[in-house]
Amino acid sequence: MSSTDRDINWVIGGPQGSGINVAAETLARALVRAGYRVYASIEYHSNIMGKHSYYRLRISDADRQSPLGRVHLLVSLDEETLFGDTHHEFPAHRGHLHEVVPGGAVVYDARVKLEAGRDDLKLYPVPYADLLELALKEFGRQAERNRFKVVQNVIALSASAAVLGFDLEALTAAILEGFKGRRAESARINIRAAELGYEYIRAHFGDDFGYKLSRLNRRPNQRPLLVRGVQAAAIAKIKAGLGFQTYYPISPATDENVYLEAQQRKYGFVVVQAEDEVSAINMAVGAAHAGVRAATSTSGPGFTLMAEGLGFASMTEAPGPVVFLWQRGGPSTGLPTRQEQADLRFALQPAHGEFPHIVVAPGDIKEVVFDSYTAFNWAERYQLPVIVLLDKHLAGAYSTVDDLGLEALPPVDRGLFYAPDGGYLRYAFTETGISPRTIPGMEGGIFWTTSDEHDPKGHITEGAENRLKMVAKRMKKLEVAAREIPKEVKFKTYGPPAADFTVVGWGSTKGAILDVLEELGAEGYKLNFVQVRLMRPFPAEELKEVLGRARNLILVEENYTGQLGALIREQTGINITRKVLKWDGRPFTQEELKEGLLKAMDAEGTILASHLQG
Amino acid sequence: MAREVKVYEVKDYRADIDSDWCPGCGDFGILAAIQQALYRLQIPPHKVAVCSGIGCSGKTPHYLRAYGFHTLHGRVLPFATGLKLANHGLTVIAVGGDGDGYGIGAGYFINAGRRNVDFTYIVFNNEVYGLTKGQAAPTLPRGAKTKSMPEENVQQGLNPIALAVGAGYTFVARGFALDVKHLSELIARGIAHRGSAFIDVLQTCPTYNDIHTREWYLGLDRPEKRPRLYKLEEAGFDPVVTDPEDPEEIRAKQISAIAKSYEWGERIPIGVFYQVELPTFEDNLREKGILGEVPLAEADPFSRDVTELVEALR
Repeated sequence: MSSTDRDINWVIGGPQGSGINVAAETLARALVRAGYRVYASIEYHSNIMGKHSYYRLRISDADRQSPLGRVHLLVSLDEETLFGDTHHEFPAHRGHLHEVVPGGAVVYDARVKLEAGRDDLKLYPVPYADLLELALKEFGRQAERNRFKVVQNVIALSASAAVLGFDLEALTAAILEGFKGRRAESARINIRAAELGYEYIRAHFGDDFGYKLSRLNRRPNQRPLLVRGVQAAAIAKIKAGLGFQTYYPISPATDENVYLEAQQRKYGFVVVQAEDEVSAINMAVGAAHAGVRAATSTSGPGFTLMAEGLGFASMTEAPGPVVFLWQRGGPSTGLPTRQEQADLRFALQPAHGEFPHIVVAPGDIKEVVFDSYTAFNWAERYQLPVIVLLDKHLAGAYSTVDDLGLEALPPVDRGLFYAPDGGYLRYAFTETGISPRTIPGMEGGIFWTTSDEHDPKGHITEGAENRLKMVAKRMKKLEVAAREIPKEVKFKTYGPPAADFTVVGWGSTKGAILDVLEELGAEGYKLNFVQVRLMRPFPAEELKEVLGRARNLILVEENYTGQLGALIREQTGINITRKVLKWDGRPFTQEELKEGLLKAMDAEGTILASHLQG
Repeated sequence: MAREVKVYEVKDYRADIDSDWCPGCGDFGILAAIQQALYRLQIPPHKVAVCSGIGCSGKTPHYLRAYGFHTLHGRVLPFATGLKLANHGLTVIAVGGDGDGYGIGAGYFINAGRRNVDFTYIVFNNEVYGLTKGQAAPTLPRGAKTKSMPEENVQQGLNPIALAVGAGYTFVARGFALDVKHLSELIARGIAHRGSAFIDVLQTCPTYNDIHTREWYLGLDRPEKRPRLYKLEEAGFDPVVTDPEDPEEIRAKQISAIAKSYEWGERIPIGVFYQVELPTFEDNLREKGILGEVPLAEADPFSRDVTELVEALR
């Protein structure tokens, strides 16, 4: 029995606005509290109401970091979740019924005729509307059945909990918590609906589902954290002393900004919603120059508008900002709510000209915390903009972790300050290229700065000798950063030191890679993994040594061209000829990546690893 | 013990660097007016941050002794907004050209008005893109043709005063670069004003704008030599809202400012068009308890306890 057989993949699907988020997140919270480990992620359209969305909860007794493709329990709020939108000329998906494993179950609306042509499934038709009507009747609210229609999500949720064999009280406690601060009667109606859904399963079906929670080991003394990347980044920024954050609303960065907005009063920092991303970056550069730890948060389309502002920040050696780039499917508006890792090369050259900046790409929750925090130290120490390169999957997926690693964070480093002794030169030439800075308002610290090339005082000059020295001074800071940043932050290796195949990847694919490596390891394959994290300054020499020792390399990325592979080839001369790629806007499921790696181990070339998820 | 109060002289606001503006450029007048305004208000140079866009006007911070930020084309207002919010203890002045502010930076010009951050924005309006050799800027009227333009201007000139009032600026004025005394008074009033002060300055470009020249503004081309410019305050124009709680009065003063702003040609008003005391962006943040009295740049945010945020995830 392989380790993944111990996972249970619970999936709920329905139209946007039908409450699948609330249902899935409520169950996730309840499960984690009961001692299970959960990895949960949502797929949704760029749409407010009506389009298909679904939430996957991977329930396990181990820490999983990737979605599963196969489904053990499918909870469907509408027909499309079962069969897809195949009536369209160009269907977007084929539904999820075909993903359910033999012996798996489907909880669905009893009004739907389910003739799947599959007799290997356990079917649980539940009369959502009738049960809701019963609940509303008890409160005399039948007339408002349209308003309360969304409560069908709770009925479906609790019915599925009954199928799973999960405790009703633990579930209703989690439901109640979601109503904290809201109308008590709404909460009571939801609880009653949950009871009715749960009792319906108990009364009408046998207790013989093959993927019940009792298959898993619980960790009764654990009460871990259920964290999304946006929360991890925001908490790390607050911890780092964030003073000023700007943004223009954009998926999937908005959640981070909204989280921060809710905390600004308590922690005393300012979040400004700018009129566009040009304004957002320039506000942040202004705040950084004023001596505040500044950040902005965006996605590809917004990042495109930040180009000149990033060049400006680097040219004027601003101590920031830190730019959080949550990648999504590009180019242009692309796939606004979907996953892709296609902005690496752009993040490395985000503006015209040659200038220093740092790019770091965390791969999991704890790295998001560490890198988001440390980015501010780098920005101030080296006086340059830092890009934290993340993605939609990392932003939205919930991981179960025991802590955020806050204890392991380095101390705050604000870099060099100038002590006034007359004749201050903001851009003084130094050994390290780093010139001591002042904070505007400081007596004796007046300086000038310009986006034009400038002399040590900060005034415009087009002189050739100054130009040679000033460009070198700025670039020198990257060399110093490359020397000072610890190796374990630059890249990490996982798995046995000697392996037949070494997987190379970056960002949120780390989760799927580690999950698959464990599975393949149990099946007797010898693989290890090199996760590249620091993209600029690129650890070329150190990486060359590690990759040069590997027997065979396999590149894993969620893009079409293999951008990290191209970067490695450019920087080290190593050409990775086996590639597992996908650009369908969905993160790797464990199955997709496993199949891709198995094929890549067989032959050189590019494997497209897509099972066409919904 | 009484602290010795330092008295600043005009020269304390001058940087020891030569300007590279053309001889006779209107920018000299604006530079001198800014220095005199700061002197008049006795603001310590190290408490002043002057930010600029790109173009001839963009070089202004280099010629002032104050924290100087020569930023990007059209982006000076977002930069100044970030700077001011990060340290509201600073006196922040933003400068730029008309192409910078009303063309490439038009979105920021409008949106800054919505916020009312406490800074002063001075636009050097010479109707041309000087540094790229005289193309038509957003304020050049349709049909006008300066000496470096091969064809007459086919785009319409916009009205910055009316736009500023509509955008929400709480102090809207127009000055003349060659009337330094009057301009320095306007700038001093703008700096003293709490909120976003906007001053459009009619600036002569002796190199590229051969239409609206010093002689033209001063009416020296007319037989009676009567100046085209006149001062609103001398004409009895009342721009100040006396009761900021009264939306009727605000509306009436805005309408009269906008109507006045369309007076152009034979008689051109300069002076304050509109002024109202309304809560600034900083006031609004303070009222919400987000911004404190201590500027963010002077606060210590490095010992924050995030336990509560982490615990909320359990």
